Amino acid sequence: MGTMLQIDDINVYYGAIHAIKGISLKVDQGEIVTLIGANGAGKSTTLRTISGLLKPKSGKITFEGKNIAGLPAHAIVKAGISQVPEGRRIFANMTVQENLDLGAYARQDTDGVAKDLKVVFERFPRLLERKNQEAGTLSGGEQQMLAMGRALMSRPRLLLLDEPSMGLAPLLIKEIFSIIQDINQTGTTILLVEQNANMALSIANRAYVLETGRITLSGEAQKLAASEDVRKAYLGG
Amino acid sequence: MDFASQFVQQLINGISLGSIYALIALGYTMIYGIIKLINFAHGDIYMVGAYIGFFAITMIHVSIVPALLISMVVTGLLGMLVERLAYKPLRQAPRISVLITAIGVSFFLEYTSMYFVSPTPRTFPAVFDNVSLHFGSFMVNGQQLLIFGITFILMVVLTYIVQKTKIGKAMRAVSFDVETAQLMGIDADRVISITFGIGSALAAAAGVLVGVYYNSIDPLMGIMPGLKAFVAAVLGGIGILPGAMAGGLILGVIEALVSGFISSTFRDAAAFAILILVLLFKPSGLLGKNTREKV
Repeated sequence: MGTMLQIDDINVYYGAIHAIKGISLKVDQGEIVTLIGANGAGKSTTLRTISGLLKPKSGKITFEGKNIAGLPAHAIVKAGISQVPEGRRIFANMTVQENLDLGAYARQDTDGVAKDLKVVFERFPRLLERKNQEAGTLSGGEQQMLAMGRALMSRPRLLLLDEPSMGLAPLLIKEIFSIIQDINQTGTTILLVEQNANMALSIANRAYVLETGRITLSGEAQKLAASEDVRKAYLGG
Repeated sequence: MDFASQFVQQLINGISLGSIYALIALGYTMIYGIIKLINFAHGDIYMVGAYIGFFAITMIHVSIVPALLISMVVTGLLGMLVERLAYKPLRQAPRISVLITAIGVSFFLEYTSMYFVSPTPRTFPAVFDNVSLHFGSFMVNGQQLLIFGITFILMVVLTYIVQKTKIGKAMRAVSFDVETAQLMGIDADRVISITFGIGSALAAAAGVLVGVYYNSIDPLMGIMPGLKAFVAAVLGGIGILPGAMAGGLILGVIEALVSGFISSTFRDAAAFAILILVLLFKPSGLLGKNTREKV
């Protein structure tokens, strides 16, 4: 399997704060890769840099052979990367249907969009039930599903997920994670950022551990889950 | 004239004036909605629109509707150019810098226009014979019918664009959350530019209609209606399109009633008293939601 996303030694600043200090990582086609680490370690910053919301000061981001570092966010969506942002960020004042339409904004293939809308509604039947409802009236779990459905509407080859478990009940977290696995099995490569390291490692192929803007550990998810250091720091013993 | 028919007459006058305010207020509110800028140059865009309509009629001898369309297109492009040159470079700057720039743009448009067209007011040509419809003791004149008709059509078209079209959805998305809109593949800069274009075109329509209504235009004509339209936008709830429409009409009617029944001296005072009252009692405006602050 080929490398889909390759990040080489990127540095990202928030104003004067050096948030990402020379991170390199890669995601192979078909994988689920997870970034875990404490709050403020730079996980979200890394995703936001890949999706073009932040520009790296130096370093390379290569997606399917093209350097995408510094491209505007809307161009990166067109290139085939879609992000489910932290906190879901649905358009609360628009209907569920309009949110999904916006997910397909960059596409011109009307037939393909209609087909993908069907697929999203099959995967998330509750969105179909509520498609004319204002998105702000959905429950937290439904909003997460909408944010995921919306991201899938651009038909991404790489899906970036930022804290999909945030604020959800344990049962719902399980459901969301099994949907993530399912999305992966139908051919979408996934880069997942999570504070819930247990859950993330349980579905990922490989993982990177971030600490204050640097990668401190990386490897197969199962091995990391078994490692003493990781257990102590991130898995509660 | 008895009280009832005078009231109806003032109502008709008020709705005419209010339609003008509403058209300008829509641009204010759209631009505020999308980049949180009170575009103080918006009244001057309206003035430029009036002049372009004037020159279209007097120099290329077109009738009122083509003149209106020409003015909307040219002024729309001017609005986009102003955004591109003056506001876009300040996208990351503090809001106050952009606001001050808007005031600068306002002066720039006023005095550049004055240089080219002279400060002397121009008489807007009569675009049709003075027809008026009489209903009992009150009347609606042709200019007023033109204002009602054009305003109504433009509002329907605008509502359709914002609610139903792809670009309209993108405008709503950018105004709700720019970052997430970009993650949908929306080019926010392009959407902002189009919003300035549409808002400026509406102001241009108002400018031409005012020329037709009052027969006189001058380079500083945008200052007061600009401020009034700002009051109208705040009255309806800034950032909310139906709010701008309603706010404009209400303000126009109140002004007409005050000038008709009290004294026209108090007309402007009434408008700004409304602004103060709204800010005191319902700062989010008539159609605004009081507590919801976006995070």
